[in-house]
Amino acid sequence: MTLTALALQLLNGLASASALFLVAAGLTLIFGVTRVVNFAHGSLFMLGAYLAWSFGEAFGDGVAAHWASVLAAAAVVALVGVAIEALLLKRLYAAPELLQLTATFGVVLVVRDAALALWGAEDKLGPRVPHLDGTVQIAGRAIPEYDLFLIVVGPVVLVTLTWLVTRTRFGTLIRAASENRVLASALGVRQALLFSAVFALGAGLAGLAGALQLPREPANLNMDLAVVAEAFVVTVVGGLGSIPGAFLAALIIGLVKALCIGLGTVEIGGVAVAFPRLTLVAEFVVMAVVLAVKPHGLLGAPPPVLASTPLPEQRTLVLVPGRRAAVAAAVLFGALALLPAVVDDYLLVLATDVLVATLFAASLQFIMGPGGMTSFGHAAYFGVGAYAAALAFRHGWPMPAALALAPVAAMAAAVLLGGFAVRLAGVYLAMLTLAFAQIVWSIVYQWDAVTGGSNGLVGIWPPALLAHRASYYLFTLAIVGSALLLLARIAHAPFGFALRAARDSSLRAAAIGVDVRATQWRAFALAGAFAGLAGGLFAFSKGSISPETLAIPRSVDALVMVLLGGLNALAGPLLGAAAFTWMQDELARATDYWRAATGVVILAIVLLFPQGIGGALARLRPRRRPLAT
Amino acid sequence: MKLLAVVALSLASLVPAAPAAAQTIKLGELNSYKVFPAFLEPYRKGMELAVDEINAAGGVLGRRLELVSRDDNGNPGDAVRVAEELISRERVALLMGTFPSNVGLAVADLAKQRRVLFLAAEPLTDKIVWESGNEYTFRLRASTYMQTAMLVPEAAKLAKRRWAIVYPNYEYGQAATATFKRQMTERAAGAIEFVEQAVPLGKIEPGPVVQALIDAKPDAIFSSLFGPDLARFVREGQLRGLFKDRPVFNLLGGEPEYLDPLKDEAPVGWWVTGYPWYAIDTPEHKRFRDAYQKRFDDYPRLGSVVGYATIHSAAAALRKAGTTDTPKLVAAMKGLEVDTPFGRITYRAIDHQSTMGAYVGRTAVRDGKGVMVDWRYADGKDYLPADDEVKRLRPAK
Amino acid sequence: MSAAPVLAVERLSKSFDGVRAVRDVSFRVSAGELCALIGPNGAGKTTCFNCVNGQLVPDEGRVWLAGVNVTGRPPREMALAGVGRTFQVAATFASMTVRENVEVALLSHAGHGEALLARASGARRAQADALLERAGIAALADRHCGALPYGDAKRVELALALAGNPKLLLMDEPTAGMAHADRDAIMATAAELARRDRVAVLFTEHDMDVVFGFADRIVVLDRGRVIADAPPDVVRADANVQAVYLGTA
Ligand SMILES: Nc1ncnc2c1ncn2[C@@H]1O[C@H](COP(=O)(O)OP(=O)(O)O)[C@@H](O)[C@H]1O
Ligand SMILES: [Mg+2]
Repeated sequence: MTLTALALQLLNGLASASALFLVAAGLTLIFGVTRVVNFAHGSLFMLGAYLAWSFGEAFGDGVAAHWASVLAAAAVVALVGVAIEALLLKRLYAAPELLQLTATFGVVLVVRDAALALWGAEDKLGPRVPHLDGTVQIAGRAIPEYDLFLIVVGPVVLVTLTWLVTRTRFGTLIRAASENRVLASALGVRQALLFSAVFALGAGLAGLAGALQLPREPANLNMDLAVVAEAFVVTVVGGLGSIPGAFLAALIIGLVKALCIGLGTVEIGGVAVAFPRLTLVAEFVVMAVVLAVKPHGLLGAPPPVLASTPLPEQRTLVLVPGRRAAVAAAVLFGALALLPAVVDDYLLVLATDVLVATLFAASLQFIMGPGGMTSFGHAAYFGVGAYAAALAFRHGWPMPAALALAPVAAMAAAVLLGGFAVRLAGVYLAMLTLAFAQIVWSIVYQWDAVTGGSNGLVGIWPPALLAHRASYYLFTLAIVGSALLLLARIAHAPFGFALRAARDSSLRAAAIGVDVRATQWRAFALAGAFAGLAGGLFAFSKGSISPETLAIPRSVDALVMVLLGGLNALAGPLLGAAAFTWMQDELARATDYWRAATGVVILAIVLLFPQGIGGALARLRPRRRPLAT
Repeated sequence: MKLLAVVALSLASLVPAAPAAAQTIKLGELNSYKVFPAFLEPYRKGMELAVDEINAAGGVLGRRLELVSRDDNGNPGDAVRVAEELISRERVALLMGTFPSNVGLAVADLAKQRRVLFLAAEPLTDKIVWESGNEYTFRLRASTYMQTAMLVPEAAKLAKRRWAIVYPNYEYGQAATATFKRQMTERAAGAIEFVEQAVPLGKIEPGPVVQALIDAKPDAIFSSLFGPDLARFVREGQLRGLFKDRPVFNLLGGEPEYLDPLKDEAPVGWWVTGYPWYAIDTPEHKRFRDAYQKRFDDYPRLGSVVGYATIHSAAAALRKAGTTDTPKLVAAMKGLEVDTPFGRITYRAIDHQSTMGAYVGRTAVRDGKGVMVDWRYADGKDYLPADDEVKRLRPAK
Repeated sequence: MSAAPVLAVERLSKSFDGVRAVRDVSFRVSAGELCALIGPNGAGKTTCFNCVNGQLVPDEGRVWLAGVNVTGRPPREMALAGVGRTFQVAATFASMTVRENVEVALLSHAGHGEALLARASGARRAQADALLERAGIAALADRHCGALPYGDAKRVELALALAGNPKLLLMDEPTAGMAHADRDAIMATAAELARRDRVAVLFTEHDMDVVFGFADRIVVLDRGRVIADAPPDVVRADANVQAVYLGTA
């Protein structure tokens, strides 16, 4: 690769960086002010692209028509953003913070199906941009004019936003609200109005980004999730809420990718390294490195330490389950054990899925609830467990031994990550777990010789004794039941209390002799082990596994299950897993638009029961022990 | 206790009613409808057309066919679950469908475990009939290997020395690349060089990729991109002059699903595999196309043919076996001959691969639309390895 | 008194981004002594505390605990070495009951904080209740800590600090937010600890009645420096102190 070629690759990287910055700017703005982790940001981007296409068709050819369609798309998306904020998120600001993530996940599902219904399945390639459809010769190579245009747009938006935030009254309010919400409202900031305005701006930017992307990429139904993960990475690498940080991060990621592609396959010490393959995870590697060095991103400030304001609901997990709960659990277990006698085989398959999902969700709840640490990449341990079991089995290990390896391997992975993760907090920690999961995913996805690559591994069936659906179900029930019992026990053991102590007040915990980081690290390891066990059970229940076992959607599913069931309800994982799995199964059969239907049900649950299904059920019965007298 | 009551109630509601009187033959179909709608909506229509045709003609074995279709959510875990539902609750005569290779392989393995016939419609992976092949699994479409092999003769004729290969970074792209490199090297007189660009599926960075390819100064290009990646590659490559004076070969590039969105920007002169539905005038294809257009007021895509042919394959197997009994169905599938819009195909007994071929031709733009010209039908049977090679690839029973 | 003092702070300095919060501070606290650390807001009292219990690592200087150099050890080790502390802004475990708060502390000090299978709640009930009794909040044992009034939370902190049988007790503004009678009660508890259990007590306080009513010795800080270190009567008469501190009060 010559120096000129390198320079021009960097130029290409700049164009990608600009496009990336546009999406991330809106996300970081929204997060900075409202603290909402807006999972639907990619959906707004996708809507922007589709709307720009439709407006383009309606307005016809010509320069004015083109730019009118871009602006119209951005405006409509801004309105959609306001609607999402006003109808949905506004009702959730008081709820546990991650519930908004669940809600926006519901929005993602609805928007996807809506786009399919409105625009059909075929990709929509937009027209080239009038007057920007040619190329400019630079160093003997043709560089598209539109790329150069984008390279200019990024900094223009950066400067405009910076001006808006630092020089206007609106900006002062935004900064006040990002830095100290309580103070801002004391100063008379009309929070409701401010939030709506910020959402409009953030969503408008996403829409604009989508519309500007249309000449480079056909509008298609996979844009939403493809872009949202990347936008989150940029936001976090830059430092949450920092717009210049987002720009810097976009720049780094854009350039790193361009460089990987430009380098091609290079011999390093006799080994051929195919750099283009790295683009699969380049952004996540960048994020992991940045967070390991700068725990608050490149330009982010440490989040303000909030006085701990625990919700009364957090109390419920502390309560040692009483006799009634024990009896209820025993009866439930007994009833589940009798299931094979009364239901058909398929229900046993479904119930096995629910049990596995319950254990997986419970392991996540363990670090999120008592541990207070959110994981966006929990599938990593599930997947490592599944692969460890599958690989051991295929190398001739007997099934019980292979299954036993699953939690051990997953725990090793969790120990590895946990060492880095417990140094971080909040969304940064969550995103580091995501980066780790993505890196593991990409290794599994590309390491054909060992993991079977994207196809995965097949032929992982339990021995004859457990081959029948009913026997495997009972086997799973026994293991999951014991594991859940153990988890509950740990949560109420001194270790669980120390973990909760570290969550409630790490200062105080350290002052009474608790090793906060070591405790949280151990919690990671334990959660990893239980997730890995779930992964092992999953592998043998399906007979095959593929990288999808450690991909983002599986992590998201677990989060949604935990929050649907109730972050602080002991029965939350079971209720969440059962509701989610059963709902998908039923709805997928009932309607073609089952994704949207699932989304709507999730939204309904979130709005009606902000404490999750478990929280709502807890309300139904009289409190065993009054909290305050 | 309320919790228990709720659980008990919902469980009770799940117990299905007694199965309806078995007058129909149920075909259990699963596919990733929501993940790959562009291909699978036409596919579904193709299936519906075939089922209606067969039922209108009196069904099979005196019974009507009933298509029981499920969405597998594009992932193997959910696919195995819905397949289990089709097997154990719907008691289907056989399983069919699936799109991504990992899902296809997972269902194939389940079919082996549960001893059910599985007719894989779309997955292209070579493994489903070779390395991971099993007694119960048969595959309709021409595989990655076959379609790559269909392009190799033309590519080899050009006698180009330096090839750039761009492919989506997963098994399909990797397998296509490997097959292409191997076959080209075998046929070439002298040494051939290859430079590769692997792009993340659905996330190509077209600018850097195209420039890297230009900088590599290849004599010709082989691509296995499809979907949005292909559209972005084409636009960027044309803009930057990558394709000027360079022959380009693109697997699947002529399928209407991927060619049509490009409209008047469709590349010109590329060698592709695909489906020129507008130009195939064999009687069997004309009959299919007319019926399809009449029924849906839309033209058929490749997916339509795949759906249509899958149903007809299942029906033919049922007729030949004379029963829905799995061992007899499996026996019937071996060497089964089926008439499809592409002509008569055979499910080979040796590896359970059908001989359905693909159309190989060059792209052009007519009336603002991408089309295939100078095409020929490449019969699948001509692009498979020799029998002893196949035997070596496929595991012993 | 040949034995080393429980706490000896030697030429301690700490800056934040150029702000010299504590400069060259030295003082000692002996077993059984109640020592007050006073000074206007921002004088560096909390920073001193933080350097002593390991929350902060001093830029310069040393901290000796019973003759052992403990400079820079983390809070956890300091706690286990016998330093109990309360915070200026009360920090308790809000999701637990008052009794469970103390039980966690007891378990941790007993080295059982990592047990995975034992049951925590109710594990050290008798011991916990005795501590609550001592802190004067036995009646609140089953209350949810997050819902306590501020003054009560400070007393929970005291009980937590005592759970490790400390030889040094650091109390940062222990009476803030309390009624007069309660202030005297909590300080009486502290005094009793010093007298009866020979604990060295170091506390900061803004209420001069409390300071002069209870302290055996007073260390006065002003802008990070010690300007007086003497028994109450001497400090009361110190002109320097009157000028910079008492004069403003
Ligand atoms: N973590 C910190 N970062 C920056 N400055 C600090 C920090 N802690 C204290 N300070 C500064 O150090 C000085 C002393 O503060 P502090 O020890 O809290 O005083 P006091 O407890 O006597 O009121 C003050 O100027 C304060 O602003
Ligand atoms: Mg202070």
